Amino acid sequence: MIDSDTGVEFSFNRVAAMVRRYWYLLRSSWPRILDLIYWPTVQMLMWGFLQVYISQNAGFFARASGVFIGSVLLWDILFRGQLGFSISFLEEMYARNLGNIMMSPLRPTEFLLALMIMSIVRLSIGMIPVSFLAIAFFGFNLWALGLALVAFFVNLILTSWAVGIFVAGLLLRNGLGAESMAWTIMFLFLPLTCVYYPVAVLPGWLQYFAWALPPTYVFEGMRALVIDHVFRADLMVQAFAFNVVMFAAASFAFLKLLQSARVQGSLLQTSE
Amino acid sequence: MDAQNTSAIAVDQLVKRYKGVAAVDGISFRLTPGSITGLLGGNGAGKTTTIAMIMGLVTPTSGTVTVLGVRMPEERYRVLHRMNFESPYVDMPMRLTVRQNLSVFAQLYAVKDIDERIGSLAAELDLTEFLDRPTGKLSAGQKTRVSLAKALLNKPEVLLLDEPTASLDPDTADWVRSRLERYRSAQGATVLLASHNMSEVERLCERVIIMKKGHIEDDDTPTRLLSRYGRETLEEVFLDVARGRRHSEAAQ
Repeated sequence: MIDSDTGVEFSFNRVAAMVRRYWYLLRSSWPRILDLIYWPTVQMLMWGFLQVYISQNAGFFARASGVFIGSVLLWDILFRGQLGFSISFLEEMYARNLGNIMMSPLRPTEFLLALMIMSIVRLSIGMIPVSFLAIAFFGFNLWALGLALVAFFVNLILTSWAVGIFVAGLLLRNGLGAESMAWTIMFLFLPLTCVYYPVAVLPGWLQYFAWALPPTYVFEGMRALVIDHVFRADLMVQAFAFNVVMFAAASFAFLKLLQSARVQGSLLQTSE
Repeated sequence: MDAQNTSAIAVDQLVKRYKGVAAVDGISFRLTPGSITGLLGGNGAGKTTTIAMIMGLVTPTSGTVTVLGVRMPEERYRVLHRMNFESPYVDMPMRLTVRQNLSVFAQLYAVKDIDERIGSLAAELDLTEFLDRPTGKLSAGQKTRVSLAKALLNKPEVLLLDEPTASLDPDTADWVRSRLERYRSAQGATVLLASHNMSEVERLCERVIIMKKGHIEDDDTPTRLLSRYGRETLEEVFLDVARGRRHSEAAQ
């Protein structure tokens, strides 16, 4: 009989070990925990007050109250989901622990699953308190979106993981020289996925690119829900289909970059 | 049964080139189970690259490596739980306590009865009083002992050590060597030790492989090397090899 814990098969035990490792790190450092809550709170307050100001002066925004704040909160799920994934990975490089990890029986798929779990843990620490602050300050209840919120969340977190997996591959291949990608890559999605405005605002040729990105469907879906009170299930299904393709492509790229890192010898040299 | 399957480690015509430059250039050797072998060589000789290929961290350009009969790196997950390593190029996470670090790695290596194993290793390596201290707060010698504890957690059959006593004071280094000797004789493990420290290799190793510019320059027992080069210490033998003097010239 094959014992999954000895490395031959996938092991949830090893995934749990890695999650425990990141949890120990997180709880040992209050600045790390504070950082998870700080920026989402600042963003939510800034955009929330801006929306209050605009809605007092423009008829459309008065009707569409909650669009900005909803966009901010959903954008943070996308952005913080990827950061939560990538930062846990970077912690291994900062700690010079990657050699120990890569030499252990931990499989790449187990490592990635542990990073996904930590991305949700970190996101929850940051976003749950902020969602309640949004109710207290602006009367915007993210949780009232119900099943729509589940669809938005699943699609956004899948995109964030796909990007995180691709960045992890770049970090393995190029060392900390690729660190800035972890912090900035998601900002490329900010204008293209139309977080704060409808896709129709973009020039025609750019709309093709926008519709190739899963989060675009989520932000359009959110606006349809908040402004027109319609849940666009079709948009969520299309987002999911694009996510499956994106996730598969990112996983393939990760495995190729890992293979290349073994050929280049960069797993032992993870500095710049 | 062929030699590859009976050897703990079998390296055949191993080559690693980086952008056309050979870091390891066609080396071959076999280590018998339970042996302890020193891999000697100056900076850039190819020791770390050789060890990295044995661990499966680096893919060879050509040639083969098998560990306990398993081909690396293709089938590495079939054997990684039976090996372990220690290297100055890696650290344990500094913010985690020694106990947390060891328990995470114990779980990764599927160690049974983790608390008992950590307790016995801590007692053996004189780490008990540091178990609940953050790893980053330890001295260099204490950190080396923690790394050694991590390397021994799964009672590896193959132990790869890359300069295990680098940056340690002579007393601590000697202490580490005695623990390694004890582990090897108690478990019958195969140990491959890359080192710059000649006295360490002389004391621990029953066989010495000397590398230079990616090649194996010599491979024998310490006693036979000393006799062949007509030298008193391995350090002198090493200098002869490093400066290109053959044993026939050196002995004159």
